[in-house]
Amino acid sequence: MSIQSCVTIINEWDIVAARQLGRNVAKELGFGTVDQARITTAISELARNIYLYAGKGQICIDKLNDAGKAGLRIHAADNGPGINDIRQVMEDGFSTSGGLGAGLPGVKRLMDDFHIESETGSGTQIKATKWLR
Amino acid sequence: MEFREMMESKYRELLENYIREQSEQALYAGQKFSRKSIEHKVSPEEIVSLHKSLLIEMYPEVPESILHSFDILLEVMIGYGLAYREHQSLRHQQEELRSEMEIAANVQQTLLGTKVPVIQGLDIGAISVPAKHMNGDYFHFVQDENNCISVAIADVIGKGIPAALCMSMIKYAMDSLPENRMEPSGILENLNRVVEQNVDPSMFITMFYGMFDPESDQFYYASAGHEPGFYYNAEKKEYRDLNARGLLLGVEKRTKYRQYQMEIHPGDMIVLMSDGVTECRTEEGFIERETLIDYIDKYIDLSAQEIVNNIFKELEKLQHFQLRDDFTLIILKRDV
Ligand SMILES: Nc1ncnc2c1ncn2[C@@H]1O[C@H](COP(=O)(O)OP(=O)(O)OP(=O)(O)O)[C@@H](O)[C@H]1O
Ligand SMILES: [Mg+2]
Repeated sequence: MSIQSCVTIINEWDIVAARQLGRNVAKELGFGTVDQARITTAISELARNIYLYAGKGQICIDKLNDAGKAGLRIHAADNGPGINDIRQVMEDGFSTSGGLGAGLPGVKRLMDDFHIESETGSGTQIKATKWLR
Repeated sequence: MEFREMMESKYRELLENYIREQSEQALYAGQKFSRKSIEHKVSPEEIVSLHKSLLIEMYPEVPESILHSFDILLEVMIGYGLAYREHQSLRHQQEELRSEMEIAANVQQTLLGTKVPVIQGLDIGAISVPAKHMNGDYFHFVQDENNCISVAIADVIGKGIPAALCMSMIKYAMDSLPENRMEPSGILENLNRVVEQNVDPSMFITMFYGMFDPESDQFYYASAGHEPGFYYNAEKKEYRDLNARGLLLGVEKRTKYRQYQMEIHPGDMIVLMSDGVTECRTEEGFIERETLIDYIDKYIDLSAQEIVNNIFKELEKLQHFQLRDDFTLIILKRDV
């Protein structure tokens, strides 16, 4: 079962809207302040990547309910240039900012599950889930 | 998990103590707490959150505005927590790389190992010390069935792993040289073709190849752009450069090498080295070849191996025990 709502990312302000959406859902589900902050940081990073590298895309927040376990899933999707070498961008120390942002490895750490699919020329899909403990 | 369970009460105690007495002791307890919490992978944002919730418990009347301020602190600390975890993971990777390097260095040692031949009438000493883990210098001795002793000394332009990989190839090429007796110039021409064909064009190798025939006491040699060695004339107590012209290996496929020849008298010495020896840098700049000669003179009555060992120790000290380049020194000394 999942209920979904989305924010389109085109400019930097949309990142804030995506964060707000994520925070509202996280609060509703009963996540504590630390996890709320982790979830919004992850959303920020994914939205910022869309804004910077794909130009346009979507962040959707799903409420999950898996056999009584509640969770929140961030789904970032774009039709941008895609990522050439996924293994490389998932390595620590690779991000262009030189470790100032969380980057994709940071998103993986902040969340419980992380899935990435990307094809050069056709876009990137990232799904990251946090389960309520 | 144990620590996490008592973390809250421990932190509360710290906070209460400090708020009561503001002592250095209470702060020191805070420092010890931070060691423990880092050890148990507690992230900074968790501490901020704990701080905030304890504050609410201890001071129910605390102003809302103060409490809100912690949300900003928490948000800011998330980045630090991630940076710290990335740092930990990179540290771990570095540890792995280091141990891989150590294994590689051992493999290289075995691969490139050469025995210093022991023969009547010629005293040989050799030392080769890498600046980092892997050695980009190489030396090799061969004793053929006519008791001729060949010595090769080579240096890859470059250091570290790429240089070491390149050297392994040279060693392989030398082992595969045709069995029939070849002269130094012929060997360099042969190796030059191998290097030209197989090595990255940005890599160059210098090599000196010499061969001593104990039958005739003749020393034959040729050089591919290698740092010139010395010849020591015992009778005149004189050193002169062992100059030999020749292009570096790997530059031009059809390079020809000129071969030189000289007679070695009792007490004479041939000194061969890599540029790591002459490029020993001290506060006053590179050491002069004269300085090196002074050191050889200082130890000239010792065995060839003792001479090279002592010179290495002197030059190492001169550079404050920091080698900038791989260091290889070989001495061949005809017995008196
Ligand atoms: N949605 C995307 N579309 C195309 N390329 C992307 C996308 N997301 C990430 N990338 C590529 O992956 C690289 C790594 O991204 P990551 O977010 O880990 O680090 P970064 O954005 O370079 O730096 P920062 O640490 O500031 O986030 C980016 O430099 C970019 O080339
Ligand atoms: Mg990024």
